[in-house]
Amino acid sequence: MTPTFPARGAAPHAGKVRRSFAAAANAEPETWVRVTGVEAIPLRQGRSVRLGAREIAIFNLGDRFLAVDNRCPHQGGPLADGIVAGGTVVCPLHSWKVCLESGAVRKPDVTACVPTYPTRVEDGVVLVCLGAAPAA
Amino acid sequence: MERLVVIGNGMAGVACVEQLLKHGPKFSISILGDETHPNYNRVLLSSVLAGQKDADEITLNPVAWYAGHDIDLRLGARATQLDRAARTVTCEDGRRLEYERLILATGSAPVLPPLTGLNLQGVFVFRTLDDTRALIAAAGAGVRAVVIGGGLLGLEAARGLQLRGCDVTVVHLPDTLMNLQLDAVGGRYLQRHIERLGVRVCVNRCARAVLGDGAVEGVEFADGSTLPANLVVIAAGVRPNVVLAREAGLEVRRGVVVDDQLGTSDPAIYAVGECAEHRGVVHGLVAPLLEQAKVLAAVLAGHRDERYRGSIPAAQLKVMGVEVFSAGEINEGDGLDCVRYEDAGLGVYKKLLLRDGKLAGVALVGDTADSQRYAAWLRGGADLTARRSSLLFPAPAPDGGLDVAQLPAAEVVCGCLGVTKGDLIAAIHAGGINTLAQLKDRTRAATGCGSCAGVCERLLRAVAPDFVEAGPSPICACLPFTQEQLREMIRSQQLTSVQEVLEIYGQGEGCEVCKPALSYLVDLVWCGEHEEDRSARYINDRVHANIQRDGTFSVVPRIRGGVTSPAELRRIADVAEKYRVRMVKITGSQRIDLLGVAKEDLPKIWADLGMPSGQAYTKGVRMVKTCVGTDFCRFGTQDSTRAGIELERRLENLYTPHKVKMAAVGCPRNCAEATVKDIGLIGQEGGWQVVVGGAAGKTVRKADLLVTVATTEEALSAAELFFQYYRENANYLERAYDFIERVGIEKVRKQTVYAPAPARAALLERLRKAKALAKDAWLEREDPVHAAQFVQIQAMEVPQP
Repeated sequence: MTPTFPARGAAPHAGKVRRSFAAAANAEPETWVRVTGVEAIPLRQGRSVRLGAREIAIFNLGDRFLAVDNRCPHQGGPLADGIVAGGTVVCPLHSWKVCLESGAVRKPDVTACVPTYPTRVEDGVVLVCLGAAPAA
Repeated sequence: MERLVVIGNGMAGVACVEQLLKHGPKFSISILGDETHPNYNRVLLSSVLAGQKDADEITLNPVAWYAGHDIDLRLGARATQLDRAARTVTCEDGRRLEYERLILATGSAPVLPPLTGLNLQGVFVFRTLDDTRALIAAAGAGVRAVVIGGGLLGLEAARGLQLRGCDVTVVHLPDTLMNLQLDAVGGRYLQRHIERLGVRVCVNRCARAVLGDGAVEGVEFADGSTLPANLVVIAAGVRPNVVLAREAGLEVRRGVVVDDQLGTSDPAIYAVGECAEHRGVVHGLVAPLLEQAKVLAAVLAGHRDERYRGSIPAAQLKVMGVEVFSAGEINEGDGLDCVRYEDAGLGVYKKLLLRDGKLAGVALVGDTADSQRYAAWLRGGADLTARRSSLLFPAPAPDGGLDVAQLPAAEVVCGCLGVTKGDLIAAIHAGGINTLAQLKDRTRAATGCGSCAGVCERLLRAVAPDFVEAGPSPICACLPFTQEQLREMIRSQQLTSVQEVLEIYGQGEGCEVCKPALSYLVDLVWCGEHEEDRSARYINDRVHANIQRDGTFSVVPRIRGGVTSPAELRRIADVAEKYRVRMVKITGSQRIDLLGVAKEDLPKIWADLGMPSGQAYTKGVRMVKTCVGTDFCRFGTQDSTRAGIELERRLENLYTPHKVKMAAVGCPRNCAEATVKDIGLIGQEGGWQVVVGGAAGKTVRKADLLVTVATTEEALSAAELFFQYYRENANYLERAYDFIERVGIEKVRKQTVYAPAPARAALLERLRKAKALAKDAWLEREDPVHAAQFVQIQAMEVPQP
């Protein structure tokens, strides 16, 4: 069995501001994808899921689920493996802090963000809304 | 001597007797108490229920105290009849006491609301030590408790039961909690705090019946709805015990009516405490009762001018993690000005009520730091007109730089070394000095007798651009406590999960700094009795492997002492090929690292290896590096290989404040570099040197000698003593070498190898307890903490392109 992690070397878009899909969803047709049962994501933790071309990190904040791209804008670290601190996640590689609501980087003081995806829970299943495919 | 009989052995009655004794022996005293305990601090019963205090810790007057003052104490004696004409008191058992003066200190009793089913097993009140003990016996994990009454006592009972594992709901008839002490807004703030602790709150709910057949099964409300329950606490207020006084014909309204000298309508009889009604008010909190007791004692001792003029009621909620203070008037009204501050996000509510420029009432929720100042204003009737614009701000700090500012530049600050204020300021500016240590180092000031260190520090604070205070710093911005404070808080308040600490002290959130530290501290303090929360741990500790820059992991199996075998090496090679490991690397720790493993492959690779975790990813026991010792080396003086393997076996799988690297060498040539390890065993002719605090990382530091011993067992034991001492006393992320620099090797020796035998035994015993619970983390391959511990989620459906 081969490792399924994609190579996360130098990301071409590292450090650049990326358009949020939450904002773009108005223009594109909404696609809601049934992802997983709520029990698959432990409280205050994240798990990654591959949806088409994207790898998305979904976090269980107790009262809601939040989804962002599973790539830290710094060096592509797996955000799903970070420690959740309030409404943010801290990347396990170099401790960049990313807001899970807006996708904006909170620490260090740089202008960068990750795409976010609307979520909802239906009958114990987490759904993630994908707009069109990401530009990257 | 006059015969004085006190009916009631509670805080008010006994406090009065205590005060009376200070005025000299004037009475022969008898005290009747219907409880079977000597006087205890009733205010602290909630702390007993919460497990913060033992029942015997709250005793105020042990039986010996009564005997020592020739007081005739009758426990379990309930007074049933008072004959004022004959001046006698009769007890339940028929015994009769004569009196010349009588004090009624009968206290109060819980009000039982008109519910059916109060006789069922599992229904409790919360008034006495016996009630508390019964509650403790009935409480426990999984017990569903309903507390009827959301006042001071009800909330304290609720939190106590919750801390004992119960699932607690508070049911309150009015719209808001603690409505006797807080206005509606304050009550709602309090409710959010209580709910945040995990206690459910139902306000505006009227309980109608306790349901059950023999034992409690639930509570039914007036609207017909029900709530399941195994335990019900009635905390719906108290009522003064006045039956005895009323039957004896004394003037009784709500309480026994007393004048300013605590006298009743019978000149030989007085009343104090919760049973007394003074100027229309019955006081139920401890401070007024003690004031009354003091006045009555003076009156009885013959000081006829003493007067009790009433008290302003002040209440403080003793619920861990929720701060509430209330005093004086509660609600706005005519002639009252209201000054208010709220921050819903922080849960802080402050309200002051003023009448004619003076404080008439105060309510604080969420932040009671200023309660003493407000209480003093209230008591003293301070005129606040000039301070109106800053009433809700903390008192301005006194000018810390004043004494320094007053010093002339030529004034000698350090008399020992002859350093002036001008010298110090010049040095601070020229040398970019920010700490006292730097200033001492540069100017030698405060290095003689040291008595000027305080002035030097204040000077630094005033002058240095980035003054850094010496001493422990808080762990992080979201949890502003030192690790030592946190350790103590976790221990004394029985906080057994990271989230619990964060809920109470950290606004419920925490960060990547404090969460792993709290995980360590909670585990250290409770050692297996805590709630493990993987979400608070770094990814390495969630999946027991070291995350690499591409998101894959490295796998380092335990190879004790660096000694392996052909079969083991073959297995490692097979595994490396099977999982297409990107690199196989011999580490500096005499181990083998398999790099580039996907998270979901971890459990499989561990199973195929069949070797325990080497803890290379965590703050824990890494390895014991060894040389070949006496078996092969012609210079070896001690069997370092066997000693090293044994040391690794004794400590492996344990977690530590920071990683612990060790080595054992067979002779002073030190081939396995024991002198730069956290713990090193150095063999020499006739014994071992045990060294600690070495480093060869960011800094290089030669280890300090802990002790020299004759046998291998003694060497291992010394290493274990230091290891456990470090575990218990170092800050999280503090390496052994930093720890030793901080506390000093002399102190470390004194508290480990040179500690008294019982202290050493206790350290080793705690180590043994932790070790017995520690297990190979890689066994989670068969028993994961969560079904999705290692797996990547597979989406239920494929998105349409």
